[in-house]
Amino acid sequence: MVAALAVKNLTKVYGNGFEALKGITLEVQQGDFFALLGPNGAGKSTTLGIVCGLVQKTSGEATVMGYDVNDDAFNARRMLGVVPQEFNFNQFEKVIDIVVNQAGYFGIRKAEAEANAEELLKALDLWEKKDQQSRMLSGGMKRRLMIARALVHKPQVLILDEPTAGVDIELRRSMWEFMVELNKQGTTIILTTHYLEEAEQLCRNIAIINKGEIVQSTSVRALLSQLTTETFVFDLNDKVSPDITLGDFPVKVTGDDSLEVTVAKGQSINEIFAMLTGQGVQVRSMRTKSNRLEELFVNLVREGKA
Amino acid sequence: MSTSPLSNAQVQWVAFQTIVTKEIRRFMRIWQQTLLPPAITMSLYFIIFGNLIGSRIGSMDGVDYMAYIVPGLIMMSVITNAYGNVSSSFFSNKFQRSIEEVMVAPVHPFTILAGYVCGGVARGVAVGIIVTLLSLYFTHLQVHNFWVMSSVILLSAVLFSLGGFINAVFATKFDDVAIIPTFVITPLTYLGGVFYSISLLPDFWQDVSKLNPILYMVNTFRYGVLGISDINIWFAFGMLGFFVVVLGAYSLWLLKRGTGMRQ
Repeated sequence: MVAALAVKNLTKVYGNGFEALKGITLEVQQGDFFALLGPNGAGKSTTLGIVCGLVQKTSGEATVMGYDVNDDAFNARRMLGVVPQEFNFNQFEKVIDIVVNQAGYFGIRKAEAEANAEELLKALDLWEKKDQQSRMLSGGMKRRLMIARALVHKPQVLILDEPTAGVDIELRRSMWEFMVELNKQGTTIILTTHYLEEAEQLCRNIAIINKGEIVQSTSVRALLSQLTTETFVFDLNDKVSPDITLGDFPVKVTGDDSLEVTVAKGQSINEIFAMLTGQGVQVRSMRTKSNRLEELFVNLVREGKA
Repeated sequence: MSTSPLSNAQVQWVAFQTIVTKEIRRFMRIWQQTLLPPAITMSLYFIIFGNLIGSRIGSMDGVDYMAYIVPGLIMMSVITNAYGNVSSSFFSNKFQRSIEEVMVAPVHPFTILAGYVCGGVARGVAVGIIVTLLSLYFTHLQVHNFWVMSSVILLSAVLFSLGGFINAVFATKFDDVAIIPTFVITPLTYLGGVFYSISLLPDFWQDVSKLNPILYMVNTFRYGVLGISDINIWFAFGMLGFFVVVLGAYSLWLLKRGTGMRQ
């Protein structure tokens, strides 16, 4: 099966000499939910910009569903839907016109475009705003409008460049549900995000890019298995001694009624509960100290593997 | 939701229609800024230059002065509005980055250019019709040669739409789209024989005037309306055609390179 997105030895050197991409190679399979992660300026948006025709590559190849983005831009672009990082619609146009016009640019006639637009705007809770100028929408609504616009021609591959940036938690969750459903229906989704929880929850495969190079490209599961330790925060019903010990588990008392315990691979959390119960301490709640993927990401970028 | 496979030609045709419709709806929506001002300005020209001053001038090249200036004023409206429409609309799309909507779509650069140019021509012709209708209140207009009249209007509108497009491609701020109309097009129009025949000028200034391309457009249009001209209209058509091809090719090249749009 042809890859949904294939990038080979892709380089980009900007006019000021900045080398944004240093020959990256990447493949995303059809039906995947793929995350491209990296710190600011790593080359994520440049990569996606080249794929969707907004940035000129310096050298290398990029194909979408087997179509070269330069030599067969017509077919490559028909396969793609793009949700950029920044709002890029006309602020004075009506919501419905933005979506219907976008369908027109893909050759979809008005009646069909209007039907598609209605379906998407209803699914994204924007139908009641269809006759409003886009500048009147809230930030979250603008993000959803860009998703509706990107999907109006029913693309096989959807690229989302930080789709939930600046979106409140409730809306972010509903956008996740929408994207998961879309992926279940067969759309390949490629996203960049700063919310590593988002990548961990949604994506099956992941690539980490730093300073224009791919540091890791693997499945989320394989990446997480690289973690050797994980730190848990225990909120307690009882006060604990600052000198408390829990066998082999490194403990840090962070307050009168809270602990941080580091658990190594192969150790069981049950042992911690047993030891706390044995010392007459009841656990009120427990959570991981930080997102697991975040720890790996920070390590990968910091450790100079990049 | 269903999307059937479409040929490249079908996609380009629907995309072209979408761009043109969007452009026409844009200038119709803001008619107070696009259609009303030229109507008021040209009415003032008719009243002041045509009626008040023109009645003292009498005739020019054997034609009543009011009737003499009408073709030039119509042409002036057409070219400034065609230019202004494309330069402001394209730059605004570039500024708001909404131009990316067509750049990520399978739209050929020729389709984009044709769409914007047709939008500019539509506004130029719409304003031309409004000014023509207004002029009928002040004078009687004949049509000497409909084909010359309509073809020179269309070619001029296309040429200035292309000019507006190139201006917008290179513009980086809104001031940049006002510089060419203010400092180039308006002076050339006033010196392009709108209000006088160049036969009134000394030989030297007649020769200098013949370097002004707008003189050829105004006089060819005047020939189509009144049957009089200071220049050879076939030379004017040749020149117009040449510049349309040159500016069109240059605009396409800019679009393909993504100048000012693609990083």
